Amino acid sequence: MYGAARTPYDERHGRMVPVALYRDEAVVLRTQKLGEADRIVTLLTRHHGRVRAVAKGVRRTSSRFGSRVEPFMHVDLQLAEGRTLDVITQVETLDAYAGRLGNDYGAYTCGTSMLESADRLVGEDGHPAAQQYLLLVGALRALADRRHPSGLILDSFLLRSLAIAGYAPSFDTCARCGLAGPHRAFNPGAGGMLCADCRLPGSDNPAPETVRLLAALLSGLWPQAEASGDRARREASGLVAAYLQWHLERGLRSLDYVDR
Amino acid sequence: MYEGVVQDLIDELGRLPGIGPKSAQRIAFYLLDADPVDVRRFADVLIEVKEKVRFCATCGNVAESETCRICADPRRDQSVLCVVEESKDVVAIERTREFRGRYHVLGGAISPIDGRGPDDLRIRELMQRLADGAITEIILATDPNLEGEATATYLTRLLKPLGLRVTRLASGLPVGGDLEYADEVTLGRAFEGRRTVD
Repeated sequence: MYGAARTPYDERHGRMVPVALYRDEAVVLRTQKLGEADRIVTLLTRHHGRVRAVAKGVRRTSSRFGSRVEPFMHVDLQLAEGRTLDVITQVETLDAYAGRLGNDYGAYTCGTSMLESADRLVGEDGHPAAQQYLLLVGALRALADRRHPSGLILDSFLLRSLAIAGYAPSFDTCARCGLAGPHRAFNPGAGGMLCADCRLPGSDNPAPETVRLLAALLSGLWPQAEASGDRARREASGLVAAYLQWHLERGLRSLDYVDR
Repeated sequence: MYEGVVQDLIDELGRLPGIGPKSAQRIAFYLLDADPVDVRRFADVLIEVKEKVRFCATCGNVAESETCRICADPRRDQSVLCVVEESKDVVAIERTREFRGRYHVLGGAISPIDGRGPDDLRIRELMQRLADGAITEIILATDPNLEGEATATYLTRLLKPLGLRVTRLASGLPVGGDLEYADEVTLGRAFEGRRTVD
């Protein structure tokens, strides 16, 4: 059986052993159908990093926790360790972001891109990624509360998530020589802005307002970010997407569908 | 490995959803043992289903001719349209015998993470059906999960400006269940959609 909990009978010692259970908080990143009525759920947990687990029978209408293991749900759950996949045994809702995002199409598409990038940036399963987890929970809460425009929350999340993963872009000093800015050229491969001497061929020349917006989004200066105009926002999200694509090697699929 | 055609049969069966190598082998040997008449009938149906069945030009449901049985039925209500994700949902709603209108099958739900956007669904066809003004109510019957809700939200935004009555299927407690076991999202929805008892 898929991810069946570890056999409770220990043959070598001839006795029953308890199934290893653990408890954690998590955000549901994505779900895939499995068999007749089960789902494989990808979770970003606070203590165990990314975890893939089986939720049994959740596609039946009679399921007691089907709605709790939908993407965007912030949950407290108990898992049983399995041979290949862990099995979800109990789930409690901490915050139902799914319901609050499902009725706003723009926020839904932005949120989906956040989940996909979190799935990609938190690489290996089982390695703790508490910072990424906290960033994602914060971003989803901001999105669900409509605290800022959805597109800005998404770009800010992507920049900060990249920074946590070790790909922090530089929007002020030159990314190669460290010369204090502001500079004119932006190059995703070089790691951000480049001074006139370090400038690489093929670099972009974003408007100064766009660069200021990007810096504000990376450091979370919301009043400054919200004062930006539409042109700067459009240019900024294009640069964020290019930067993300460079570091992930393959772009996010969901980014094409973002409705800003 | 078996010889020739037996192995081919096992390989083909193994490509079906939910059939692993062992199940494929079991089914293959069942077919070898079975009455040739039964196997012939089974094979004919397989060929026939691929040759005859296509998708209704109007609603996108599975059909055996240009239009499906429901679209061709003059007794069905012309003014109400029920929007569903898949043909399977049409069958599920038909079983209730509650609905006398027609259907529109989208062919899935919006799911950016799987690379499926609004343009990949039959939304343009839906808008074309609304052009002549015969339809006055749209019932959004997409799945009550995240993708289904998002699709319903997207469609609402598109349909509302047309001045139609747009409704969404209610969600709430399953008949025959216990209140205490209901999850909070479902129970919350049930409260939201409660109605006056006359």
